[in-house]
Amino acid sequence: MNTDGRHIRLLIGLGVATLLLLGKLISLQLLDNSYKENASKNVTIKETIYPTRGVIYDRNRQILVGNKVAYDIMVDPKMVQASDTAAIAAVAAILQQEPDFIREKLDEFRRKGPVGGTQEVTLLRAVPAEVYMRLDEVKYNFPGFRGQVRSIREYPVNAGGNLLGYVSEVSPDYIRRHNGEYTAGDYAGMTGIEAAREKDLRGEKGYHIYLRNSRNQREGSYKDGAEDKEAVPGRDIVTTIDAPLQQYGQQLMRNKVGSVVAIEPSTGEILALVSSPGIDVDKLADIGKYWKEISANPYKPMYNRAVQASYPPGSVFKLVNGLIGLQEGVLRPETVYSCYKGYSYGEGRKLGCHSHKTSINMDESIMMSCNAYYCYVFKSILDQKKFSSVAEALDYWREMVMSFGFGKKLGSDFPAELSGSIPSSATYNSKYRRWNSTTVISLSIGQGEILATPMHLANFCATVANRGYYYIPHIIKETEGVPQDPRFSERHYTLVDTTQFPKVIPGMWKAVNAPAGMGGTAHVARVDGLEICGKTGTAQNPRGADNSVFICFAPKDNPKIAIAAYVENGGFGAAYAAPIASLMVEKYLTGTVSRKDLERSMKQSNLLYRVKRD
Amino acid sequence: MIAYLLLIVIGWVNIYAATNSGDGVSIFDFSARAGKQFVWILTALGLAGVILFLLPARLWEGICIPLYAFVALLLVLVIFVSSDIKGSHSWFSLGAVRFQPAEISKISTSLLLSFLLSQQGFKMTRRRDFLLACLVIGLPMLIIIGESETGSALVYTGFIFVLYREGLSGWWIGLIGLVIVLFISTLTLGTYWSLIILLAVLVGCDAYMHPRDFWKRLWIGAGVVLLLALLPVAYDWIKMETTWRFLLKLRPLWVLLTLVGIAVPFLLWRAWWKKDRLLGITVGAFVVGLILVFSTDYIFHRVLQEHQRKRIEVLLGMKEDLAGAGYNVNQSKIAIGSGGFSGKGFLQGTQTTYGFVPEQSTDFIFCTVGEEWGFLGCLLVIALYVFIIARLILDAERCRGHFTRIYGYCVASCIFMHLFINVGMTVGLMPVIGIPLPLLSYGGSSLWSFTILIFIFLALYRDEKKYF
Repeated sequence: MNTDGRHIRLLIGLGVATLLLLGKLISLQLLDNSYKENASKNVTIKETIYPTRGVIYDRNRQILVGNKVAYDIMVDPKMVQASDTAAIAAVAAILQQEPDFIREKLDEFRRKGPVGGTQEVTLLRAVPAEVYMRLDEVKYNFPGFRGQVRSIREYPVNAGGNLLGYVSEVSPDYIRRHNGEYTAGDYAGMTGIEAAREKDLRGEKGYHIYLRNSRNQREGSYKDGAEDKEAVPGRDIVTTIDAPLQQYGQQLMRNKVGSVVAIEPSTGEILALVSSPGIDVDKLADIGKYWKEISANPYKPMYNRAVQASYPPGSVFKLVNGLIGLQEGVLRPETVYSCYKGYSYGEGRKLGCHSHKTSINMDESIMMSCNAYYCYVFKSILDQKKFSSVAEALDYWREMVMSFGFGKKLGSDFPAELSGSIPSSATYNSKYRRWNSTTVISLSIGQGEILATPMHLANFCATVANRGYYYIPHIIKETEGVPQDPRFSERHYTLVDTTQFPKVIPGMWKAVNAPAGMGGTAHVARVDGLEICGKTGTAQNPRGADNSVFICFAPKDNPKIAIAAYVENGGFGAAYAAPIASLMVEKYLTGTVSRKDLERSMKQSNLLYRVKRD
Repeated sequence: MIAYLLLIVIGWVNIYAATNSGDGVSIFDFSARAGKQFVWILTALGLAGVILFLLPARLWEGICIPLYAFVALLLVLVIFVSSDIKGSHSWFSLGAVRFQPAEISKISTSLLLSFLLSQQGFKMTRRRDFLLACLVIGLPMLIIIGESETGSALVYTGFIFVLYREGLSGWWIGLIGLVIVLFISTLTLGTYWSLIILLAVLVGCDAYMHPRDFWKRLWIGAGVVLLLALLPVAYDWIKMETTWRFLLKLRPLWVLLTLVGIAVPFLLWRAWWKKDRLLGITVGAFVVGLILVFSTDYIFHRVLQEHQRKRIEVLLGMKEDLAGAGYNVNQSKIAIGSGGFSGKGFLQGTQTTYGFVPEQSTDFIFCTVGEEWGFLGCLLVIALYVFIIARLILDAERCRGHFTRIYGYCVASCIFMHLFINVGMTVGLMPVIGIPLPLLSYGGSSLWSFTILIFIFLALYRDEKKYF
């Protein structure tokens, strides 16, 4: 076969192949600019600028949660040789770490390689400024190490640890759940106000993007800073908390299990929300370190009892039944019932009462907290002719009770609020084959199937103080740049007419202020001139000693504070709850406490031994 | 010669740039790759001198058979004694120095092939001779595949250009091209369109083979192909518009296969009846093509290894895998693309310095050229290669001794295959195949073998001039 022209054909083929390569090169190098950008992106340093978190103030603009500067120590593994023992040891010594710690971090980076274009590894997070300063002085000796400014939380007063909540670095799981909003190394509020108002507090991260040249030196901004973003600081929050009151409440509740909730009745603002035992703010600041200790504590300090613990309200609930009785016309202040150490109902059964004088009117019944009196009242509510059955009556009663906010979430701005529960006819239908008003008689004195949180009790107290309405208790007074939710300035009226409320107040006043020997259950709470009105409760606790309950407001006219104290296993209402609540009222209204002995004994008493642990 | 020197110096400098990470190691530091390459270059030059001035050029023709046998032995041996380097068993380790017999095998194969083809009375068209030539090429190829160095084996397919020059029918190159096209089109476009392409090519060939009624056959064939090509379009239209659901059962592929099933026996019968051998071949080719198309999937998923399949998938854009199989190529394209027209300058390449491209001093050395020297640098490097290849071809043509001429072609096709596959890979035209860029890439055995390859030709060529 003739092969003469074939070398020409092969040369042409070579030419075509060459043109193919050159064509691709032209498209890559001359026509398409995206590769240049990609190359730049490969070598950019994205320096994150973390915003300062919003400050949390108390109602008088005292800082509850502030910020202080700390540093994340970053290291560029390309600039630090693992063999440079001296440098690693020196840096480790300054950072108070083992040299191997640094080496491990470097190894980890080398194994995983640069992920997402980052060339740096975070060596340590949130190093205090003092430590960083020492590194900073000698930093020029150790190229590759640098500090990244972070702001971390600082707590000037030990008030409201549980309430404020803690901030910690986001976990991989957290990042996944909040798609795209967080990246590793960010901080976020995990509990309390920090969590509830995370979106306002956190601010927005910014970043500067720098270019590096081939010798790892910075060479100006990427795209002249066009893609840089400044950090936006978080919004400050003013809470309704009164820091001194909160702090004082925590001191009084030390070594007791329970909670105290104080509300300003005229606004619904929560003045103090104590849950004991709680978390001290110094542990809050370094939650990671104390986490084990806190979660191992059998008294569950992370548990916010003020809104999450449901208890039977006990005798303070007599006021609710009294008010409903007044509203229904089955009770008048003058109504007199007799009590011989209790209320007997069919077949010799008896709901006991303590000894007090018999044939008492409504004021006295409140003052002395007579059980029998309210059994009669409750029975007469349920046995009204207008109801065709007890079930209907009970459901009607439940509706009245729930209009006080019981048995449902109040809708506070505080997270993790529980609803408690008020029983309905359905509750008993499933529990008993047959039941009547005597079956449910313990509801009359706030026992049995009733469950309410301390927050419910405080809100009820505020309702009475307001003579008939409440504002939803809330803890945020102002958020910088965000209008307050209008639902917190709405009055909520109960199904009991406002004219009925003044009728129960004299009894509450007498419970505290009646002269000694008259049988006032809360005499211990009396403070001259403060006109405290209150009601004690002693709620049965199946797990040991009775719970001590007390609600009160003061002064009698134009009340400034309504408070509910609930001390688990505290015994009579007057034993712990009443003293603690009244001390807090005194502290809040007068700024000082005159009853030093009472204060000391409250601060020193320890009830933890009585509390059954899981 | 000058082009050769230029290329090795460029290679050396770029190896320095590729391995430099900004810590200022000298280019002569022998513990670093650039320093080592410098040693390799000096020895390679010495070797070149020996070949040019000390060894008689006639030697090569004489020793080619024992040399070939010896290298073949080495190739087999290396499978058993070598250490595993990146999954292949192709390296001999002699202390600190490693070398790859596959590189030397290129030389021995070239020599033996030249020897065989230059024998008196060798005829490419004779089946026995052709098969012998195939055996010479195929034997080292198979052993190298056995070493899991598929990339190096691929280079041997370049010898088909030598065979072509020496009388192999051009249809073979076309056939190989068609197989590749069908393989790719089946993977990307699907079976149906592959068959259409196959049909179209066959129609073209058929028309070409019948110059008398060329146009008639072309038009009829094109009409049929067009009609079949419209079938899926029509099918889609029917799917959208019609209420005759039963038409949907007539999938285009099934229709086509039914037609084929009727047409093939008919045409075969006709071919037999009319003693039309060409028609028989055409139909046979179609059936073979059909089998190929339907076995593509099998080959792709079963015969190819995992990493090979992934690389092809990435190349054909079937998968975007920038973190895994596509990482190299993507970073390599970024490096080259970011070089722009004139490059970022020596040692200024960020892709290069930070080591985003793996294997940057060996297989991906072209990235460094592309990034730091830009389009101009690439142009220069490619121009140098093309110059060498063209020069080899032209010099070979000028030779009267068949051995020298054929050998020159062998060298040219080796260099061409390396150039095309390697550069093609770095710019994303070819799948990632790990073969070095001749003379530029870091590595002693590659540099040596190409030096020997080229300088044997120069020695032969010089020798030739003495006699004629």
